[in-house]
Amino acid sequence: MNLTLRIWRQRNAQERGSLVSYEAKDISPDMSFLEMLDVVNERLIAKGEEPVAFDHDCREGICGMCSLVINGLAHGGRRATTTCQLHMRHFKDGDVITVEPWRSRAFPVVRDLVVDRTAFDRVIHAGGFVSSNAGGAPDANALPVPRDDAEKAMDAAACIGCGACVASCPNGSAMLFVAAKVSHLAHLPQGHPERAQRVLGMVHQMDLEGFGNCTNHTECEAVCPKEVSISHIAKMNREFIRASVLEA
Amino acid sequence: MKLESKVPSGPIESKWDKRRNEMRLVNPANKRRYRVIVVGSGLAGGAAAATLGEMGYRVDCFCFQDSPRRAHSIAAQGGINAAKNYQNDGDSVYRLFYDTMKGGDFRSREGNVYRLAQLSAAIIDQCVAMGVPFAREYGGQLANRSFGGAQVSRTFYARGQTGQQLLLGVYAELCRQIAAKTVTMHPRTEMQELVVVDGHAKGIVTRDLVTGAIETFAADAVVLATGGYAPVFYLSTNAMGNNVTAIYRAYRKGALFANPCFTQIHPTCIPVTGEHQSKLTLMSESLRNDGRIWVPKRAGDKRDPRQVPEEDRDYYLERIYPAYGNLAARDVSSRAAKRMCDEGKGVGPGGLGVYLDFSDAIKRLGEGVIRERYGNLFDMYERITGEDAYQVPMRIYPAVHYAMGGLWVDYDLMSNVPGLFVLGEANFSDHGANRLGASALMQGLADGYFVIPYTLSNYLAGQKYGAVAASRPEFRQAGEEAQERIRKLLSVKGKRSVTSFHRELGKVLWEHCGMERSRGGLTKALEIVPAIREEFWENVKVTGGAKELNPELEKAGRVADFLDLAELICHDALAREESCGCHLRAEYQTEEGEAKRNDKDYCFVSAWEHKGPGQKPVLQKEPLEFETVHLAERSYK
Ligand SMILES: Cc1cc2nc3c(=O)[nH]c(=O)nc-3n(C[C@H](O)[C@H](O)[C@H](O)COP(=O)(O)OP(=O)(O)OC[C@H]3O[C@@H](n4cnc5c(N)ncnc54)[C@H](O)[C@@H]3O)c2cc1C
Ligand code: FES
Repeated sequence: MNLTLRIWRQRNAQERGSLVSYEAKDISPDMSFLEMLDVVNERLIAKGEEPVAFDHDCREGICGMCSLVINGLAHGGRRATTTCQLHMRHFKDGDVITVEPWRSRAFPVVRDLVVDRTAFDRVIHAGGFVSSNAGGAPDANALPVPRDDAEKAMDAAACIGCGACVASCPNGSAMLFVAAKVSHLAHLPQGHPERAQRVLGMVHQMDLEGFGNCTNHTECEAVCPKEVSISHIAKMNREFIRASVLEA
Repeated sequence: MKLESKVPSGPIESKWDKRRNEMRLVNPANKRRYRVIVVGSGLAGGAAAATLGEMGYRVDCFCFQDSPRRAHSIAAQGGINAAKNYQNDGDSVYRLFYDTMKGGDFRSREGNVYRLAQLSAAIIDQCVAMGVPFAREYGGQLANRSFGGAQVSRTFYARGQTGQQLLLGVYAELCRQIAAKTVTMHPRTEMQELVVVDGHAKGIVTRDLVTGAIETFAADAVVLATGGYAPVFYLSTNAMGNNVTAIYRAYRKGALFANPCFTQIHPTCIPVTGEHQSKLTLMSESLRNDGRIWVPKRAGDKRDPRQVPEEDRDYYLERIYPAYGNLAARDVSSRAAKRMCDEGKGVGPGGLGVYLDFSDAIKRLGEGVIRERYGNLFDMYERITGEDAYQVPMRIYPAVHYAMGGLWVDYDLMSNVPGLFVLGEANFSDHGANRLGASALMQGLADGYFVIPYTLSNYLAGQKYGAVAASRPEFRQAGEEAQERIRKLLSVKGKRSVTSFHRELGKVLWEHCGMERSRGGLTKALEIVPAIREEFWENVKVTGGAKELNPELEKAGRVADFLDLAELICHDALAREESCGCHLRAEYQTEEGEAKRNDKDYCFVSAWEHKGPGQKPVLQKEPLEFETVHLAERSYK
């Protein structure tokens, strides 16, 4: 099929960017979206032009590196699908497709479609862990964890940290990302000793990084490639209130 | 050169204890004076950096992704082995050890493998303590599943995302140390060169992938945990960024490269759809627990699989290997699939595929159970192929997956260059000629959490901290080498893209050094590969500049190293005139196409020494001694 792409080009963080049009001819429906971009890039290189920079690595929907806003929707808006797993069979011949980077104050553009997501790492530094040094852990079965709790923890832990939640939120809020980590560890007994510090520290850092507030648009849940539920945000709010009361 | 494995003497059960008791320790007050470089933030590097930070060392950790959480360990699906015997099904440290030795076709070092099996249980304890949400039974106990090459249920898992959950656990511990300022993380930074001073590894040269700045880092020891090099074949199940650069450049600085031709092909991947294919997606091998593999009995049978009656199907693994059936080891299953396709029985477009059918399991257990076990894998399959595997059988085909080969290390995981330690997939140590499923995660974590803290301290205890400063000329020289290489790549300004060379190289390797290798094919590959390399350096077109984010330049650097590595792989495959594990030499096989080992002449590790650009590498041998296991024919029948 033949497509027209409108791709965000921006040389670096300082310069201004703009949308540039490219024709993408003879695209196979079996290609993934990134393979389609590979083809476009190969043709740009052949013409001596600079290829489009985009982040990607595993290309199987798990590393969280790929990060494109496609036609206004993070990862293209198909249920439970990252950009790298989106296939061209979902587009039609003649389509005009707009491709942009994640847009958020906390994720500055590095180049073209590549953004800086280190703010997420700093939120985890602020408490998204269980302090347990290597060596000396008790037998893994010493503390039974009800299956239901383990499953709920896993639902939250499935987050790949891609940032689609932030990119899709009108407020640029990172609540779903932060809540996923808080909720994962709050559902496991191993996470309990530090649960108050954790939620307070992470929420504080989230605010420092310039992420916006949650006003229940629920766009984040809709685009999350791992279908992390906004019920975790409610869980985090409860954890936060509990911790604030303890703190007081 | 004499290669000393340094495996301690004495009974196998007590070797590791013995070694630990002999090791020197670093005084707690001195630890913070030692600097350690860890390249890699996967299970091996992340665990090492976090643990060394906990111990009090000053650690600099590097990765090329934008965050350490994205290392390719994240992609492991199936699970992690441990000899816990929670299922009371007869498992033990000895059995895990024996299965791993046998799986590796007796081309690994006994002492290392036994230690790995011993440490396996503590890994699970550690991971649970870190909050890894492993699958559990209703009573709250940990659940297990079985995996290829084993007759016991010893694999721990977290849905189909075991690697992700383990890596996120490791990443969290790493973040804790970053917050505590014991570890400094350098994401989007690529190692370019190893710096060797007076024979010891004392630093690295890096490129900041955002600004292009070339920097040097000095330390008291260097740890490489940079993962596998399967993308030398272009198409593989690995991430796009997986590379050999870090370990190859260490090889050029004197580290020996062991068993480079031991590369594993995974039997259950989604088949290729066309030239545009950039990577292959693995379908976890755990699917083989419930899926049955078959092809039509008649070549060229093009019927819809649902229309093929039982009597016209050949469940060939169950037929040929009744004891292990669909769970036969990876290399055995891969070759069987290729043979079926070579006989014209392959299915799907191009005839390069076999069925993996769940209809019996769905009948027996119900769709709900299958969905619970493998739901995310079925979803993934549907996203990629557009087909619903609850209704029609999956189509699978083998793909390159794992590199057993890597830098040579001794029992302490130190290479022949003192102060250079190599962990995880980047070393060669534990999997011999073939790796069993669910054992790479185990190895990465064992290396990072439980081996390196002891062995690195032992090395450091003999070194004066901060003895070498980055002002030494060796650093400037290594930095210049890196600059020069980049300048060269950018100045060719030829006509062909980097990817076109990579794809061409991959095809040659897959054809001549893939599932089956022969003297004729390898000799041919050894003519073609240097020619491709020559053309690369004359005709590659690398767009963009050196001082900016430039993915083409990154790719070019990696492909340049792959071109060199490919030649080394072929030399290794040609020199090993036997078949073992994944290395099947056409000349050495049984009538049924099984690997025929030659224990008399090839019971050694091949460790290659770099002799300079354009020179043939020299083969050093580390003889393998077996005190505990008997060399047996590896039969899965
Ligand atoms: C699809 C898939 C499924 C798998 N499933 C399983 C499974 O179920 N069970 C199992 O046991 N094993 C499995 N494996 C194998 C296993 O995942 C890997 O062998 C293991 O995770 C490797 O870990 P590592 O820490 O050695 O390397 P990686 O996790 O690959 O980490 C490498 C690190 O090195 C960094 N790096 C690399 N080169 C450079 C450089 N030049 N400069 C700076 N940094 C660099 C990277 O940024 C990264 O941080 C699977 C592998 C794949 C591909
Ligand atoms: S590239 Fe890894 S999730 Fe898309």
